[in-house]
Amino acid sequence: MSGLLEARELSVRIGDTTVCHGLDLTIHAGESWALLGRNGTGKTTLLLHLAGLLPTQAGTISLVDGPLHAMTPRARARRVALLLQHSGSGLGASVLETVLGGRHPHLATLAWEGPADLAIARQSLAAMGLTEFEQRSLETLSGGELRRVEIARVLTQQCPLSLLDEPLNHLDLAHQAACLQVLGTQCVSPQRAMLMVVHDLNVAYHACGRWLLLDGAGGWHAGTRESLSDPQLLSRIYAHPIMRIETADGPVFQPGHLVPGGAVTAARSPC
Amino acid sequence: MTAALHPRRLPLYGLLLAGVSLLLALLIGSAEIPAGDVLAYLVTDDGSVNDRIVDQLRLPRALSAFAVGGLLALAGTLMQVLLRNPLGDPYVLGVSGGAATAVLLAMLLTLPGAWYTPAALGGALLSTLLVFGMARHGDDWHGDRLLLTGVVVAAGWGALISFVLSISPAVQLPGMLFWLMGDLADATRPGVPLLVLATGLLLARLRARELNIASQGLLQAAALGVDTRRLRLELYFLGAVFTAAAVAVAGSVGFVGLITPHLIRRLGGADHRILLPTAALAGGSLLVLADSAARTLISPMQLPVGVLTALFGVPVFLILLHRRTER
Repeated sequence: MSGLLEARELSVRIGDTTVCHGLDLTIHAGESWALLGRNGTGKTTLLLHLAGLLPTQAGTISLVDGPLHAMTPRARARRVALLLQHSGSGLGASVLETVLGGRHPHLATLAWEGPADLAIARQSLAAMGLTEFEQRSLETLSGGELRRVEIARVLTQQCPLSLLDEPLNHLDLAHQAACLQVLGTQCVSPQRAMLMVVHDLNVAYHACGRWLLLDGAGGWHAGTRESLSDPQLLSRIYAHPIMRIETADGPVFQPGHLVPGGAVTAARSPC
Repeated sequence: MTAALHPRRLPLYGLLLAGVSLLLALLIGSAEIPAGDVLAYLVTDDGSVNDRIVDQLRLPRALSAFAVGGLLALAGTLMQVLLRNPLGDPYVLGVSGGAATAVLLAMLLTLPGAWYTPAALGGALLSTLLVFGMARHGDDWHGDRLLLTGVVVAAGWGALISFVLSISPAVQLPGMLFWLMGDLADATRPGVPLLVLATGLLLARLRARELNIASQGLLQAAALGVDTRRLRLELYFLGAVFTAAAVAVAGSVGFVGLITPHLIRRLGGADHRILLPTAALAGGSLLVLADSAARTLISPMQLPVGVLTALFGVPVFLILLHRRTER
């Protein structure tokens, strides 16, 4: 069976950085992917390419029903949802109005959102614990609340594929857990899949069965978390010692030298 | 903020306001004409002086003011989306300045009045290109940098305007100055600006939902399926056309484009499907009221309406700026 998204021989560069060279990636329905790598390796850039927002320089990206670059922006946004790392607070829009923006690619030019669209938006708000916030202006929200509104908009978009750039940013631990729970049920199903940029290896391990690692020099590793969660490989990817501690609940990852002042020297000498 | 007003009814209230303000503009003036007569003059023609005052002075002037105010409010609404900043306004960003400089040059060259509109459009487009071209960084703009670039470009146009004025013959100066300050005394043909307002509003309305999303950034809009390259060009062009049509009629009237969309957003009309028509109606009404005040406050002398809008607009702008930087 073909994947929701297939990248073949994809090479992406930004400035002097080669993000990936000859990437072959197939995301099947039902899969949950973590995109991992150091700061500045181009994870966001790769995400923008996979979402069809940047023109590919070499290689192809296709969705189930055709190559990504041949689709209209609207058609693309019905198939791929993208959660940006940073977003604006808008010009006085309410939480509900913002989340309804997720229905935009599904609606005709002059159409208003109907009861069905409203119901989807309200379900998404409820899933993110934002029911009480419906009429609040975005400008009055905290960073974490704004992040949940943005995730609710992605849920409202109801796309087969969700690409999420650091979805857990600004969220406290309780909301991180709740959010992962919602993403795991709503964005991953027999028809849907997601790929998220994440920095916490423990989150990546428990939430994502598949990993895509970028080494910052164009090299990449794609596969199951079991095959890629080797501490030596991870230490090389992050240029920092990473320890893998086995517990009854599965492995726990921890960076070495978590002592103030110690981390800097350790970062220069990967094991 | 939740308002007591139902957002979807805002355009209706705008319509009401437009009716009231236009009626008021017809009723008041230096010549005392009974209200019943004013309404009668609109439909019948008895050739009297009062009839001509209503039909040929007050009515075209009120309609011109309405069109100019509506155009400026729409231009401001679109520029605020481009800037993602409620301080966007054709006057603040120097687009009015570019149009005004071009029209002044046309006046200096004693070109016929038919040249003013194309000249204004040229100046407005040039200024838009300059501001948005200079402030561009990669594929997106930084709102604050855009605003600063606009303010500096506006200052540049100001200097050019002073230069043109200083080399202009003395007989032309009073007319130029009044026009520059934003004056509707010579606005006798409201047809074209009203037409631009109506068609422009319809065109902008087609993009209303895209504007809602683009208020959170063009990249976010692209992620939700908006062709941002097309939208951006449309916003530039419509913003410049609205400004040019307004400036060609009334010179540079400031701050209507700033205040109107802001007020409507505060009333709960942030959705552009509501904001655009309401801004056109309310902006028009605002300028009709301001112009009625301008021609009656120190009657029989007349003030340029731009002086009034600036006196009112500057404090509002400062309060807005203060509140934004405080957050």
